[in-house]
Amino acid sequence: MDRTTIDLWVGIFVALGFAALLGLAMKVGNLTSSKIGPTYSVTAAFENVGSLKPNAPVKSAGVVVGRVESIVFNSADYEAVVTIKIDKRYAFPADTFANIYTAGLLGEQYVGLEAGGDEVVLKNGDKIAKTQDAIVLEKMISQFLFSKASETDAKSEAKATAPSAVTNELKGGKSTEIGDVAF
Amino acid sequence: MTQSNLLASIANELRGIGHRMIERTWRLGVGARLFALAIIYSGESFKRFHLTLREIYFTGVMSLLIIVVSAFFVGMVLALQGYNTLQKYGSSEAIGVLVALALVRELGPVVTALLFAGRAGTAITAEIGLMKATEQLSAMEMMAVNPIARVIAPRFWAGVISMPILASIFSMVGILGGYLVAVPLIGVDDGAFWSQMQANVDFRLDIVNGLIKSFVFGVACTMIALFEGFDAPPTAEGVSRATTRTVVISSLTVLALDFVLTSFMMVV
Repeated sequence: MDRTTIDLWVGIFVALGFAALLGLAMKVGNLTSSKIGPTYSVTAAFENVGSLKPNAPVKSAGVVVGRVESIVFNSADYEAVVTIKIDKRYAFPADTFANIYTAGLLGEQYVGLEAGGDEVVLKNGDKIAKTQDAIVLEKMISQFLFSKASETDAKSEAKATAPSAVTNELKGGKSTEIGDVAF
Repeated sequence: MTQSNLLASIANELRGIGHRMIERTWRLGVGARLFALAIIYSGESFKRFHLTLREIYFTGVMSLLIIVVSAFFVGMVLALQGYNTLQKYGSSEAIGVLVALALVRELGPVVTALLFAGRAGTAITAEIGLMKATEQLSAMEMMAVNPIARVIAPRFWAGVISMPILASIFSMVGILGGYLVAVPLIGVDDGAFWSQMQANVDFRLDIVNGLIKSFVFGVACTMIALFEGFDAPPTAEGVSRATTRTVVISSLTVLALDFVLTSFMMVV
């Protein structure tokens, strides 16, 4: 076969390969979507970050405004210090609230920023003071069960003490006590 | 008497195992030496780069058809099977992620390497085995032409260059095949298909790792094919056996290497 024909075909082959790679990078991968411009980083301390991972999105009003850069454990006060990078285009007030939310019922966790009303904006290296931890399902369930249990306890106690209160009243005790006992 | 017979037969068996072991190790050494020689003389062979281009044409460009067609069908069947399970959990939009991750991470590099071993590896082994059987390699040496630089190195680099290109084309065509089944045929939302894919496929962790895999498979498959051809007994039977061995050893090596590479690349 002619050498120039072979060169042409190999050229087409290599070009096709690069086109496929470009397609994978642009259309399939996150090379375009994860690209955020120049950023500034702020930190936030959480008592529990749940399953938050580095590179998780940081959203405000549902729009991705940054990414989680790193999560480290601070042994001085036993908290997780999360460093987040926020796009320079977006300024947030200094009293911004940082929450850890879950996307969907079983989805990945992300940091949600809720803007406060302060005039001063967050700068590079600042710390977000107001945070809310990730919800741990077991904790929530045990809290719920605990509150349910104490509720039923209170009810049965009320039932047990109610008759005696009535008898007290019949005996001529102070009627104001009834209101205290009932709940 | 019977006891010493038994002992002798056991010793014979052990000797056989030892002999085979030594032979395998020796072959591995010869293969490694051929690999080193191919690398050393590749500078010399790059002076005549059209030789490598010619081999890229025969191994890469000619494999394009089988790669594209099989990628298309693999992508389509992945989308169909994935949809079957995903729609039970009401998340059929995730079908794009499933197809893309399966292709980019595993199926692209591995299936390409298996097809490459069958399509191009056998051709390389048979060609070199016959060159040796008809004493073309010795003739080259007589004419002071280095057969490693002239025959082995161009084929080696052709395989190594072709494999990542073929694997990228495989992944892309497979994803297009999956798209064709998922969106127009099943009716998954077009936007969700691509946006979920983009949100979950990482360039560095998925696409570049897939490329690294296909590069390693390219080195392994081409080297096995070259060595089997170079080492084949110069008879018709020897060449046919070497060709069979190329496919078997390449396939097993690719699958084993895939496991090793994946376990190294996994981010815990």
